[in-house]
Parts: sequence; structure tokens; C-alpha cells
Amino acid sequence: MAAEKLTPSEYIGHHLSFNAKSVGDGSFWVLHYDTLIMSAILGVVVFGFLWWVVRGATSGVPSKRQAFVELAVEFVDDQVKSIFHGNRHAFLAPLALTVFVWVLFMNAMDFLPVDIMALFYHSIGLDHWRSVPTSDINATFALALSVWILMIFFSIKVKGLGGWIHELFCSPFGTNPLIWPANLAFNLIEYISKPLSHSLRLFGNMYAGEIIFLLLGMWAATGLAGTFFGALLGAGWAIFHILIVVLQAFIFMMLTVVYISMAHESH
Amino acid sequence: MNINLTLFAQAVSFAILIWFTVKFVWPPLLKAIETRQKTIADGLAAGERGKQELEAATQRSTAAVEEAKLKASSIITQAEKRATDIIEEAKNNAKAEGDRILAGAKAEIDQEVNRAKEGLRAQVSALAVAGAEKILRKEIDAKVHADMLNTIANEL
Repeated sequence: MAAEKLTPSEYIGHHLSFNAKSVGDGSFWVLHYDTLIMSAILGVVVFGFLWWVVRGATSGVPSKRQAFVELAVEFVDDQVKSIFHGNRHAFLAPLALTVFVWVLFMNAMDFLPVDIMALFYHSIGLDHWRSVPTSDINATFALALSVWILMIFFSIKVKGLGGWIHELFCSPFGTNPLIWPANLAFNLIEYISKPLSHSLRLFGNMYAGEIIFLLLGMWAATGLAGTFFGALLGAGWAIFHILIVVLQAFIFMMLTVVYISMAHESH
Repeated sequence: MNINLTLFAQAVSFAILIWFTVKFVWPPLLKAIETRQKTIADGLAAGERGKQELEAATQRSTAAVEEAKLKASSIITQAEKRATDIIEEAKNNAKAEGDRILAGAKAEIDQEVNRAKEGLRAQVSALAVAGAEKILRKEIDAKVHADMLNTIANEL
């Protein structure tokens, strides 16, 4: 922590600023290294672990490690099976597993205690570092937009370009040319709202969770009572956050599966 | 809160992770799971089949035991009947044989008796003749008899 006294808004602002590096002109050409590196590390570690387990997978009696991975895989597979009725093993089920596991672990970074982690980051010379990639709108929006592109890709792949355009104009209300504008408007709103709600739901939950932790941390700095209640409420919020972290990862996965299986269905 | 290049970088890493999972994580694990599921299903089916076979075998063996019992009891009944018959036959045979022996013995006895009677009869006549001779010898008076004989002789 910096030696001088911080105002509350400075404290929160400090914790919520990214380790941003400009790579070009303008505010768009900026990279959040913390988001990218944290998510990349998690991706490598988690999927490396999965790969390691899967490479030694046996069809006989599984080890506990393999059984644990299979549990997660079959959980995801069951969810996909209940929604999607095509060949899910080719793409959708592994996609759902990727989304679920990755988002789960990115969310779980919220459990790292902010100020202790800040001490650690400062000690290795990082002034700003956000541990939770999913509390960066860029990360959640990247996932949601990727899913959105996949959605359109599968829609066109399954129904053909003509079928997709036909659907844009002729569903959900009917094929009468008079209601084409209404159909198109409806579909456009749907296509815009899907990635927005998809990404903002996750982002909002994680961002709010982080702010609550910061507020509790700030309260803990005000005195003995603040420390006591801050710790107590912090523990309570952390326990509640276990639910939110898993639930939001699950919701994000389910929406991904729902969107892409909807893209496979003709109306 | 601003959208920037991070979004695309993050999307690229997402795409890499999806590719990795689709290519390297999902298929081998799915194969392992499906193979195991098949093994388990086969095992269960085999167990079920074994159970049914055991049941059928138990039924067959029970039936066989029942049949054997039935046969055994019928054999015993037959044997008892046969034994009774044999005993009866033996009794009859014995009785007939006894009767035959008895009849033979009787006939022999009768023959013996007859032979004895014959013998006795022959001896009785000899005795009678001897007795008569003795009597006659005592009774004979030469004078008297000479008269009688003379008379007879005269009558000739």
C-alpha cells in the first residue's frame, strides 16, 4: 500500500484500475495486461490440468483425479444433452466445458483477498493489478461476442445464408411482407440484447462482488469495530460469493448452450 | 470501463482454449467414459443373464429331483408289488410241492401197506395151512379115518 493516506474513492479507484498499456493511438488501442495474463495463466493451468488428466485417462477403474474431471465433464454434458439434440460431442459440449471451467476459475479469483494480493503485487513491482478477469467488461464481452459470432455462424451453417435471412424477416410473427419490418426489428433487438445481457450479467455480478469486498476492506481500516464487523461480513460475503461464482459460471455456460442450440433450430 | 483491444486479445485466447478443449480434452475423456459405460452395461447384462440362467437351472434341477422322486416311489411300489407276488408265488409253489410230496408219500405208504398186507396174507394162508396141519395131525385117528377113507374108497 502506498504510504500516504488514501481517500475512500482513491482506494477503490486504485483497486479498480487496470494495468493498462497503450499499444497505439487512441483509447481503443489499449491492452489490460492484468486481465489477459490472469486469464491466460488460469487457462493454461486449468486446461493443462484437464489435458494432463485426460491424457492418462483410462476406461477401466478411474483414479480419483480422473473421476473428479469426469464428474465435471458429465455435469456439463448432461446440461448440454438436455438442451441440444444434435451431435453435441463435435463442438457444443466441449465449448460448454471450456466456458464453464474457464469462467468458474476466473470468477474464483474473487476469493483472493484484495489487499493482501495488492501487497504481493506491489512487492513484485506492479502498481495496478486486477485479479479477477471477469470483472473486466472486455473479458466478459469477449466471451459473449465470441459466442454471438458462433451463434450466427451455426445459424448460417445449419439453415444456409438464405434460410438465415428468411428467418430474420419471417420469424417470429409470420411470413406476411407487411410484418417483415416488425420481424426484422424484433430479431435485431434479440441479436443485440443477447451478447449484452450475456456479458453484462457476469460482469455486473463480479464487479459488484469486488466492490463489496473493497467497501468491507475499507470499513476494516476505520477502527476496531470496523475491523471486527468488516471481517465478519467479509467472511459472510465470501461464503455467499462461492454461490455467486459458481452460479454465474453455470448461467454463462447455460446461456452459451441455449443460444447456440437455438441457432440450430429452424423456425 | 472502456472497451478496448483487450476484448480481441481475450477473444483470441478464448478461441485457443475452445480449440484446445474440442481437440485434446473432450474426445479422449469421452472415449474413456463411453468405453467404461459399455463395459459396465455389458457386465450388468451378463450378470442379469447369469441370474436368469441360474434361475432356469434351479427350476430344471427341482423338476429333475421331483421326477426322480416320483420314479423312485413308483419303483419302490413296483418292487413291493413284485416282492409280494414272488412271496405269493413261492408260497403257492411250496404248497403245491408239499401237496405233491404228501400225495407221493401217501401213495408210497398205501403201496407199502398193500405190500405188507399181501405178505401177511401169504403168511396167513401158510400159517393157516400149518395150523390146519397141526390140528389135522392131532385129530387124525387112523382107524376112524381108515373107515372113512375106506368108505370113500368104496364109493369110488
